[in-house]
Amino acid sequence: MNLHEYQGKQLFAEYGLPVSTGYACDTPEETVAAVEKIGGDMWVVKAQVHAGGRGKAGGVKLIKSADEAKAFAQQWLGKNLVTYQTDANGQPVTKILVESCTDIADELYLGAVVDRSSRRIVFMASTEGGVEIEKVAHETPEKILRAEIDPLVGAQPYQARELAFNMGLQGVQIKQFTKIFLGLAKLFAEKDLALIEINPLVIKEDGDLHCLDAKLGVDGNALYRHKDLQAMEDPSQEDAREAEAAKWDLNYVALDGNIGCMVNGAGLAMGTMDIVALHGGFPANFLDVGGGATKERVAHAFKLILSDENVKAVLVNIFGGIVRCDMIAHGIVDAVKEVGVKVPVVVRLEGTNSELGKKVLDESGLDIIAAESLTDAAVQAVKAAGN
Amino acid sequence: MAVLIDRNTKVLCQGLTGGQGTFHTTQAIEYGTKMVGGVTPGKGGTTHLDLPVFNTMAEAVEVTGADASVIYVPAAFCKDSILEAANSGVKLIVAITEGIPTLDMLEAKIRCDELGVRLVGPNCPGVITPGECKIGIMPGQIHLPGKVGIVSRSGTLTYEAVKQTTDAGFGQSTCVGIGGDPIPGTNFIDVLELFQNDPKTESIVMIGEIGGTAEEEAAAFIKANVTKPVVSYIAGVTAPKGKRMGHAGAIISGGTGTADEKFEALEDAGVKTVRSLAEIGSAMAEITGW
Repeated sequence: MNLHEYQGKQLFAEYGLPVSTGYACDTPEETVAAVEKIGGDMWVVKAQVHAGGRGKAGGVKLIKSADEAKAFAQQWLGKNLVTYQTDANGQPVTKILVESCTDIADELYLGAVVDRSSRRIVFMASTEGGVEIEKVAHETPEKILRAEIDPLVGAQPYQARELAFNMGLQGVQIKQFTKIFLGLAKLFAEKDLALIEINPLVIKEDGDLHCLDAKLGVDGNALYRHKDLQAMEDPSQEDAREAEAAKWDLNYVALDGNIGCMVNGAGLAMGTMDIVALHGGFPANFLDVGGGATKERVAHAFKLILSDENVKAVLVNIFGGIVRCDMIAHGIVDAVKEVGVKVPVVVRLEGTNSELGKKVLDESGLDIIAAESLTDAAVQAVKAAGN
Repeated sequence: MAVLIDRNTKVLCQGLTGGQGTFHTTQAIEYGTKMVGGVTPGKGGTTHLDLPVFNTMAEAVEVTGADASVIYVPAAFCKDSILEAANSGVKLIVAITEGIPTLDMLEAKIRCDELGVRLVGPNCPGVITPGECKIGIMPGQIHLPGKVGIVSRSGTLTYEAVKQTTDAGFGQSTCVGIGGDPIPGTNFIDVLELFQNDPKTESIVMIGEIGGTAEEEAAAFIKANVTKPVVSYIAGVTAPKGKRMGHAGAIISGGTGTADEKFEALEDAGVKTVRSLAEIGSAMAEITGW
């Protein structure tokens, strides 16, 4: 789960990190009030969406009056912001963050992720802040400094000093950086984060370090133990169909194609998409009905797939292990009847009770194409979709 | 013995009296696995499925002399269960549970390593040595005792490879599901090393998927250390960037972890790769001449 910038900065403030004074506003009027509360003669307004690249897309602006804040809020609230990280529809803007303005002498990068290879939380720091860090990592990997955190003893001050001195920080900046580093490490561990990025971490003209942006990702598996983070979830930023799927314990990801896929198991669901593409077709979605798929869940999966108007055929691929094929077959028959499926349905059943499952499909009297094999299923589905 | 488990492996089940534990332990007993008991705190002294139930792993291991434990407890308690098992004297822990917080795994993995205990999973189908011992949730009947070692990040994709190698008559030495999480207890390299050193394993199927660099690291290991023929399939060529595809670990992030990169690394290591998961069995026949 991702957090908004304003939520990330609230957490930063709780952990003693230097952030700008700011208010997350729901209406144009609130932005005016925020400008007055903050004071001064220049402010920054930032559209809050779960995506990077907001600046270039017009979602961040330097303003000099309350009227400008109001105009910016009127322009964006309720609209979608399209950046290079979003899809063509963009992400809806429901809040505007109004912040005090920060002067910038230099831009650094500081981030942390769980690194799979070393099985550690790894911090990355770089003097090349303010730009895409993937690009820096690709073109000049030597400019990214790393520090691995030992899970059993936690982050240590010497690690922060090493990074700080190697980035050329001086004097009081070393202490400031150490405080930020240790605060972030504590935040990461205590809140079960998956990702933190401060890009840029700026050096102000007076030399002080300041967190100008905040990108945080939370480990979804750990949300159950963080009531405060659960409250930060913003359903408006998620695909409506994916959110609906989650309610039924279905893993669903929408794609651009026209062959709806219903599969048990995440790996097999990906493999099914791949084999469809290999035979010239275009998968409309990833959908894992799970190992313990019930009849009801299958029916919901069908509805979900068919709610996508582009779907011209449905491919069901079930390898019955724990889940029995006859039960899945009943689910398919019920769903096809209930939903009134008007597109061809190709079904491949393999494994536990697959013969019984095929019999259920045959006797249903419905127009369901039973595939002989995985390859046959893909070929039939591609043909049925008219590709 | 194939690898990790055989007909003599004595297995405990943590979470035996729960729904999952009951169902899969029943299946394991039917398959012939030597189940010796279970652990459910508070239910010690009772029996379940004709097996003794203990309050603690320490007591269970002391009484039964178990070698391995399989974990079906809910995700929130899984780290505790892994640590309890790791300190109980068993040498193998198979964690089936899905949804364990990643930071819990960082700690659990370190402790298991320190104690010299092998952890397989979490979020995995388990381990099976066909005809001898089944620990986990895989359907036993599709397996055939034989000569192909299978290692995979995905449950149902493992079953596909199993079925194809069974249909072809090759059979499997041992199948290890390492699981779809970002921090697995056992990785591809660990299992490849076991297969390379196992006389019963004549060839290897490795099934990967998008996300991380475990397949690339495995490819480097194969190039340097594995002399047995390897067939590999990677799922997710069509997966979009930045989207988690079901498994917690299956996500292309920051431009790394794509299927194409993994295919390329494996091909460079001399591995026979297949772009269609339906061709795993036929590719194995092709490179072994079986």
